[in-house]
Amino acid sequence: MITTTGLTKVYRSRGRDTAALDGVDLHVREGEVYGVVGRSGAGKSTLIRCVNLLERPTSGTVEVAGEELTSLPGSSLRAARSRIGMVFQHFNLLSARTVQANVELPLEILGVSGKERSRKALELLDLVGLSDRGRAYPAQLSGGQKQRVGIARALAGDPKVLLSDEATSALDPETTRSILQLLRDLNQQLGLTVLLITHEMDVVKAVCDSAALMKDGRIVESGRVTELLATPGSELAHELFPVGGHPSGEGSTVVDVTFHGESATELVISQLARTYNIDISVLGAALETIGGRQVGRMRIELPGRFEDNVVPIGFLREKGLQVDVAPVGGTPAGTAPVKEAVK
Amino acid sequence: MTWSEMQPLLTQACQDTLTMVGWAVLIAVLGGLPLGVLLVLTDKGGLLANAVVNKVIGAVVNVGRSLPFLILLIALLPFTRSVIGTTIGAQAMIVPLAVGAIPFFARLVETSVREVDHGLVEAVQSMGGSTWTVVRKALLPEALPSLISGLTTTVIALIGYSAMAGTIGGGGLGDVAIRYGYQRFETGLMLVTIAVLVVLVAAVQLVGDLAARAVSHRTRTA
Repeated sequence: MITTTGLTKVYRSRGRDTAALDGVDLHVREGEVYGVVGRSGAGKSTLIRCVNLLERPTSGTVEVAGEELTSLPGSSLRAARSRIGMVFQHFNLLSARTVQANVELPLEILGVSGKERSRKALELLDLVGLSDRGRAYPAQLSGGQKQRVGIARALAGDPKVLLSDEATSALDPETTRSILQLLRDLNQQLGLTVLLITHEMDVVKAVCDSAALMKDGRIVESGRVTELLATPGSELAHELFPVGGHPSGEGSTVVDVTFHGESATELVISQLARTYNIDISVLGAALETIGGRQVGRMRIELPGRFEDNVVPIGFLREKGLQVDVAPVGGTPAGTAPVKEAVK
Repeated sequence: MTWSEMQPLLTQACQDTLTMVGWAVLIAVLGGLPLGVLLVLTDKGGLLANAVVNKVIGAVVNVGRSLPFLILLIALLPFTRSVIGTTIGAQAMIVPLAVGAIPFFARLVETSVREVDHGLVEAVQSMGGSTWTVVRKALLPEALPSLISGLTTTVIALIGYSAMAGTIGGGGLGDVAIRYGYQRFETGLMLVTIAVLVVLVAAVQLVGDLAARAVSHRTRTA
């Protein structure tokens, strides 16, 4: 649905070039919620602005819904943009217009008649749960309500694609949850493809089917969230789903076991202990719902070095569990947690 | 001078002042609004970024702003004659007043429009809006309260300028002050003229403030 190829964006200031995007290839499938995460300054914001060409990439192409936007002339580009909804971190509602008039704005631009505009706007306000606030002005709404108006407005042109630029970053945790739920519902009800950027891993965890990690203008890792979780050594998986716990001493093997869906790890672990007659200590465990699916992860410690544990580890793999052997002495290398202050 | 003698004089003078200021404001808005918007749009990073156009408009506006009004008034006499056919009377004064007010208002428009959050521009663009749509649907409506305040300032400045027009036979309250207050020592009439001006300016300010508040919906209570 959205494909970017070799996207670069270079800013020139005072004779110095800074690359905000450095060859980004992004592929978002139809009907999925795709999250791009990264710290501020990683280029996420530039990336999403390049998707609807609010910023022109220095080189590379952008294709949305089969149309190559980068090659379109002005008027066709505007028409294409009207089929791509966008929601913003700071909502960007017009303060001079009522809520309903804000939602009607994209329809005015599309040249829809007055009667049809207000019908559509009321329908959209109903969809986002604000049917009684049409006559209010944005300043009279709470942050979460403003974002709902922003979403209703973004949907006015019946877009196939919704871009979300840190849509929940200015909201409190509870409101964030309800807005994410709304995005998820819209994704499922309307078949809307959503590309969102965020610096919060929780957002990815809550709604994303696929995710990409951005660093210094590049995508360093990407894929379906469930697949990422199944990828040994995945940085994103580690960020999404950290399991703590340090080994009790030298000479033991620490193993991270990941299981999806219904498989019951505890049973497997106790079987393992019985079959091989070994003592297993559980260092940490967590169960989470990621992208609507249950995922569990457990860090266990087996006595003896890795070489002594090849058979038990093989047993776990045989049972259909994903097993990552953690290097002795703590967290795997290169997976320092991405932490960022909430703006 | 008795009140009955003053009254027709003042009535005529007020009418002349209002005619001059009224027309000049109208022309200043028609000229200053697009210029002010263009100053923002053509600026670096603007939607129509164009250094040459920006510099030219900026220079024209600066020249207009830097000339003291009295000098502009005299310098424009030939131009005024060619437009209106005369250089005397309230009608003739509309020309220099408008010419003086256009750059004045343009700068105020520029400041107001520049204050509009860039996010709103992006929002309208993301809906497929053209530059003209951005101006019409976002920049001007969002800047409206501030534009009205700017207009109020311009009207009051023009009332001041129009008094100077009296010195070269332009009519209006300035003319009364020169001919009666300065040349004939009619202190009574002078005091009444001052009072009229004070009331006029206060009324303009009041109406402007109320209008600006009426169109602003930025606060919770609006």
